[in-house]
Amino acid sequence: MTRKQLSQYIAFSSFTIISLVVVGILFVILGFIIVRGASVISWEFITGMPEEGMTKGGILPAIVGTGCLILGSMIFAFPVGVLSGIYMNEYLSDNWFRRFIDFMTNNLAGVPSIVFGLFGMALFVNYLGFGDSIIAGSMTLGLLTLPVIIRTTEEALKSVDDSLRTGSLALGATKLQTIRKVVLPVAFPNIITGLILSIGRVSGETAPILFTVAAYFLPNLPHSIYDQVMALPYHLYVLATSGTNMEESRPMAYGTAFVLIVIVLLMNLLANFLRKALGKRVKM
Amino acid sequence: MIQAEAKNVNFYYGDFHALKDISMTFEPSSVTALIGPSGCGKSTFLRLFNRMNELIGNTRLEGLVTVDGKNIYDKDVQVDEIRKRIGMVFQKPNPFPKSIFENVAYGLRVNGINKKSILDEVVESSLKKAALWEEVKDNLKKSAMALSGGQQQRLCIARALAVEPHLLLMDEPASALDPISTAKVEDLIFELKKQYTIIIVTHNLQQAGRISDYTGFFYLGSLIEHDKTQKMFLNPADERTQSYITGRFG
Ligand SMILES: Nc1ncnc2c1ncn2[C@@H]1O[C@H](COP(=O)(O)OP(=O)(O)OP(=O)(O)O)[C@@H](O)[C@H]1O
Ligand SMILES: [Mg+2]
Repeated sequence: MTRKQLSQYIAFSSFTIISLVVVGILFVILGFIIVRGASVISWEFITGMPEEGMTKGGILPAIVGTGCLILGSMIFAFPVGVLSGIYMNEYLSDNWFRRFIDFMTNNLAGVPSIVFGLFGMALFVNYLGFGDSIIAGSMTLGLLTLPVIIRTTEEALKSVDDSLRTGSLALGATKLQTIRKVVLPVAFPNIITGLILSIGRVSGETAPILFTVAAYFLPNLPHSIYDQVMALPYHLYVLATSGTNMEESRPMAYGTAFVLIVIVLLMNLLANFLRKALGKRVKM
Repeated sequence: MIQAEAKNVNFYYGDFHALKDISMTFEPSSVTALIGPSGCGKSTFLRLFNRMNELIGNTRLEGLVTVDGKNIYDKDVQVDEIRKRIGMVFQKPNPFPKSIFENVAYGLRVNGINKKSILDEVVESSLKKAALWEEVKDNLKKSAMALSGGQQQRLCIARALAVEPHLLLMDEPASALDPISTAKVEDLIFELKKQYTIIIVTHNLQQAGRISDYTGFFYLGSLIEHDKTQKMFLNPADERTQSYITGRFG
């Protein structure tokens, strides 16, 4: 073996080992949750109310609550985020203003989620007077994912070949027509992917909902957007740290984690599937 | 009669003086080839006629550009209206990722024409004019992306023809194509000039000789010579034209 081949070999082997270790750790985490959680999963667990100090029964209110929060935050963040992304990529020319907004968006994406939680409490819960409610929590989570959605939209639009834009404009299409009929259909699969990935994030966040919507224990389903709800990540936190009987509620915690992971996994699968399916339709 | 004209045109990209005092006229139903070494301003000049240079920031135009006697840079002129009347074909085929039918119908649809019978008719006649009909008539619903490069380029020509342009601008429309597709596009241009005024940028001097009635030679942002193609190739007035045509630089 020459020196060159040897260093190739060493580099390649160490990359392989490192990747395997990382993947291995992931599998251990997943396996741990699945083994501990799967035994708790039952029809009753999915559809029942928590009982006996959350050591028995189910987690339906938390599932429904997380569902409401996902839906609510997306109804708010998706249109706003996609429209901002379109505006920034298609209408703002590349000047200091655009770069400034880009910079701020990136920073916003890095702000710890607890800060969003505090802000949401100050603005939605107190100032706007929504109280602890689905709407306040949804808006807070929406704000949190907004930078992600804006960035995804921008990236998706950037990857659309400029020759399609010029081709459309040269045929007398207006800018808006060009965006609607040519640019967006091409970018859409990637935008959708971003949306769904951010749903994964929303469903797992605890800090932003802590002061804005999450209920410690609320064994009934919400009736309006001004109601409080339980949510999976917070429920998990409660079960793991401050239940009335922590030893007894431990299995419930693993079950909750299991459900949460399944939701995130399903979302990612859906994102992949949609990207492929929609991508095919566009290429046709 | 004059179909299109540039009068004392100067064009700047920022501080860079890209077109220097160019005056040039184009007769109806003629093909004019623009030739010259890379970077001499042919594409910039071509894009003046459908105001595509405006998509680039920080540019400045002086002088007059008219189509059908109307200054297309007048304040009261809507840019998308202008572009509807002036077709453009690009160097790289750029079909939309839509069906063949929708590609050709696009220019009509953005004009608010959505009636099936009209679209059917225009799509067919445009594809016929672009010599593509026979190859695609049985699967108009197929994606345009599935066509070959040469077919895509003819589709782009059909797309441009569908809106009945008065003037057809072509920027090296055959440079990305194989010889057989190139020959097809050249035949097509020859056919089209019966109905359309065509300005075509090309690096291929044989091509310019074969298809054009007039040739303009650009050099470093100036129009050095503009005359009947035969005259330009056989007996150019300017020494620089002579050198370029005989291949001494470029
Ligand atoms: N968007 C732009 N910004 C700044 N300068 C530009 C831009 N486009 C072109 N130029 C400059 O203007 C000059 C003319 O460019 P143009 O593209 O018109 O040349 P061309 O004759 O079409 O060349 P080619 O044969 O290589 O296509 C070149 O020097 C080029 O660098
Ligand atoms: Mg060019």
